Amino acid sequence: MSSVFFMLTMGLYFVSTVCYLAYLLRRAETLSKVSLGITAAGFATHTVALVARMADSSQAQLPTFHEALSFFSWMLILVFLAVEYRRQLHVLGSFIVPLALVSLVTAAAFRSDGASSLQPVFKTLWVHVTLSMLGTVGFAVAFVAGVMYLIQDGLLKSKRFNVLYAKLPALDYLDHLNQQSIVMGFPLLTLGIISGAFSAEIVRGSYVNWNPEQTWAMVTWGFYFAVLVGRLTIGWRAKRAAYLTIIGFAGVILTLIGVVLKSHGSVS
Amino acid sequence: MHVIVVGLSHKTAPVEIREKLAVPESRLREALSRLCTYPGVREGLLLSTCNRVEVYAVVEDLEGGYGRVQEFLADTHLSLSSEHLTPHLYWHAGDRAISHLFRVASSLDSMIVGESQILGQIKDAYEVALTHKASGLLLNKIVKKAISVAKRVRTETKIAETAVSVSYAAVELAKKIFSNLTEKTVLLIGAGEMAKLAARHLIANGVRQVRITTRNLQHGLELAQKFNGTAVPFEDYKTELATADIVLVSTGASHYLVTADDVQRAMRQRMNRPMFLIDISVPRNIDPAVRPIDDAFLFDIDDLHMRVEQNREDRLREAAKAEQMVVEEVAVLGQWLQSLEVTPTIVALRGRTEEIKRREVEKVLARLAHLSSEDRAAVEALASAIVNKMVHGAMVTLKAEATSSSGAAYVDAARRFFSLEDTPPAYPPAQTEVQDGSESSGTGNGANRFSEESLVQHTTKEQSRRVS
Repeated sequence: MSSVFFMLTMGLYFVSTVCYLAYLLRRAETLSKVSLGITAAGFATHTVALVARMADSSQAQLPTFHEALSFFSWMLILVFLAVEYRRQLHVLGSFIVPLALVSLVTAAAFRSDGASSLQPVFKTLWVHVTLSMLGTVGFAVAFVAGVMYLIQDGLLKSKRFNVLYAKLPALDYLDHLNQQSIVMGFPLLTLGIISGAFSAEIVRGSYVNWNPEQTWAMVTWGFYFAVLVGRLTIGWRAKRAAYLTIIGFAGVILTLIGVVLKSHGSVS
Repeated sequence: MHVIVVGLSHKTAPVEIREKLAVPESRLREALSRLCTYPGVREGLLLSTCNRVEVYAVVEDLEGGYGRVQEFLADTHLSLSSEHLTPHLYWHAGDRAISHLFRVASSLDSMIVGESQILGQIKDAYEVALTHKASGLLLNKIVKKAISVAKRVRTETKIAETAVSVSYAAVELAKKIFSNLTEKTVLLIGAGEMAKLAARHLIANGVRQVRITTRNLQHGLELAQKFNGTAVPFEDYKTELATADIVLVSTGASHYLVTADDVQRAMRQRMNRPMFLIDISVPRNIDPAVRPIDDAFLFDIDDLHMRVEQNREDRLREAAKAEQMVVEEVAVLGQWLQSLEVTPTIVALRGRTEEIKRREVEKVLARLAHLSSEDRAAVEALASAIVNKMVHGAMVTLKAEATSSSGAAYVDAARRFFSLEDTPPAYPPAQTEVQDGSESSGTGNGANRFSEESLVQHTTKEQSRRVS
């Protein structure tokens, strides 16, 4: 049952991505309502798919990359719906929904059925994955805000007052969204890393062993720490903050790819 | 009974004519009562702004009515004669007159399409006409409808959403850099007219901190008082840059007052908080080398002009939608007006009573099957007699009053008493007078009245009110 809803969700996110991208170029405001409706429907089927998937695996199961990405995508949409509800920032959908779709399609590529071998100790791994993913959602939203910031900044600087200019919000709001997302994401990532160290201790007997994946995670953590401190002390805000969060998110993606490659390596 | 409009506007008459014809508010009452003394003029409304002078009237016959109103207009000023006016006047009747009023109210006929003052001015004019009983059943309905059409245009199209003046374009741009202007500080360097206007708009949009610096300190102090701001010595303007979020420069200086170095230094002190610089001076006072500096956004007069030009195009596109709405609304009102004609009302009344009679007689006869054909005829005759006697008085009164001044009111009443609403007349949705009246009282007072329509630089009603 979960796979039916999963496919349905992918279909709905795909349609809403198309609508939201069209919305970027068109004057018509109605398109945003249609897109929002489809996204909300997709979110509903996604929720069903996630719950069904959990129910399927009666025993504690090793969190797979599929689950992590699917959850990531679900959280992204949740955050978008919350911001849209509070600020009516339709254009945010044009950036977040495509990202959620990409992550969901990637999740589909890693989908495997049937429970893998399990020990209860992996419960701590669930905590680790969930927290890390929540942190990543924060960085993803900061990334999106950064991209939107750079676009709006570029339009203002080059004096191109087009449809996109009209739809994108004020620069300082985007900067604020960027900051808020990192402020939320950073502690979650920190907790994610700590819980990761605990599960590593259970599985491997040592908290830290400085494998490439862990190293990358620490580098990412350090980077975002610097971004936060830099904003408060030496004015890393506005355009700089936008650039930095885009670079930071690229680092996060690399870490994730590292995790995948490693886990695949270990399976084969 | 005809609804007509005779008048002139910025499109047909030069300001020399318009200013002579304009009726100041103090003389509006006198002018209206004079208008109503002309024979054949049943209702009247006088709309006088600096861009148009128009008389809306309900007259008995069309040609005579046109003549009377023109005479009235020529009489408003000693130096004007009817011949003098004719080339500048326009005359419309019926649907075209109504459509004209709707377009004027929706600001489709304004000098700046989409400006919001004209609606307030129409409300004021209507209030005056109402208090002096110059407007009656027809004009009441038409003007109220015009107000609701204008509101519909305002909410359903984006006609009033964009900036159409250079000074307002600055506000629009500021809102794309700062989402909330209340916490922002404006620094005004020099005090050119356009910069002052822009500062006014910024204040109307929430800016509370205004710092002003001019070469003439006295002038600066006066301005500071006017804007509720602080005057700063001219020598200090460079150090002031660091605390200013929005910098408005317009001086007569022939060199760059603000250089790239100044801005760079300010940006460092501001820890890269964005800064919006507007240079409204010609020759320019801010070095264009500021443009590439990160988080500093410089716009000069040409940039603002370009923005206004683009907005104007957008407005025209929205105006096309608004025109379509006006056409629809005129059709709806046209149906109501038609229903006020006496003959169709009498026909409808007869049809309605006939139908009631027929239905009731059929019902009774179905139960009294034993009656002979003579008895049946007697029952029918009885029903006819009652019905006819009942409505006879109403019919006679309607016919008699058809040509009187309150004819339309009688027709309207008859339609309601006998529930003739299911036939064509679709009533335009009624609006409460009180509400419109109280809203209008806030706008266009005294001296402002004639300058507002031309001075409009705003987008929304609230903004414009706060500014004026």
